[in-house]
Amino acid sequence: MNEQRWGGDVNSVRKAISLNAPQDVAWRVFTEKIGTWWPLASYKIGKVNAVAAVIEPRVGGRWYERGEDGSTCDWGSVLAWEPPSRLLLSWDINADWQYDPALKTELEIRFIAEGKHLTRVELEHRKLDRYGTRRDEMREIFDKTGDWGRLLSLFARLAEGAST
Amino acid sequence: MINAEKILDALGDPTRRLIFNRLRHRTRSVREIAEGMKVSRPAVSQHLKVLKGAGLVMVQAVGTRRLYGIDMRGIGALRSWLDGFWDETLIAFKKAAEREAAKERKR
Repeated sequence: MNEQRWGGDVNSVRKAISLNAPQDVAWRVFTEKIGTWWPLASYKIGKVNAVAAVIEPRVGGRWYERGEDGSTCDWGSVLAWEPPSRLLLSWDINADWQYDPALKTELEIRFIAEGKHLTRVELEHRKLDRYGTRRDEMREIFDKTGDWGRLLSLFARLAEGAST
Repeated sequence: MINAEKILDALGDPTRRLIFNRLRHRTRSVREIAEGMKVSRPAVSQHLKVLKGAGLVMVQAVGTRRLYGIDMRGIGALRSWLDGFWDETLIAFKKAAEREAAKERKR
């Protein structure tokens, strides 16, 4: 993948990816169509199955998931809405994966046109110091590749089990 | 959210890995899972409880039978843990944006 990391800041996680899509399409899919691609099966905080994710298209708008029973769980709010190039959201989900409006970590997404059909998307999740003593634990989750060694040995054993 | 560490711990036990493997291709009852294994049905039930707690296995009632199968949420959580939260999210977004761009180019 076209993924890149910058080192340094312990209070921030940065990622970038290049897409074969025009800037306006990238913006629209990220915002309007977030419900079609956000990995809701694993990234949701409500008790029930989540069926949609929504970003309300304005500064001050809510950012939330909708459950199959119609209930909603807030994730944060829209801090800057600058189509088609910049989106700033607050990420108010605490280290126990509960909504906490006082948390206010920030998620900035920049859409940079690099060609007619090529967009670079940069994501920065910052102010992670707001997680306090759990900052390092949370930064690992947001940023890091897990323990590949442990997983590979696990899958090796699973594969061995499957072939017997 | 499902805890990846919990998943790895659940699969750290050889009997549980064997049970998990038996559910990979279809759902099975406790009796079917226990068939040919050196463990008792109550022990299989205990292992299933741990796998279920880790989000790896789910149970559905079909008539009077309880059938166990793989819970994809556990698999998803494990993948997220490996990739990192924002990596996985960006990859999912990339696929969606490229799909949409290809669709609009055809119009």
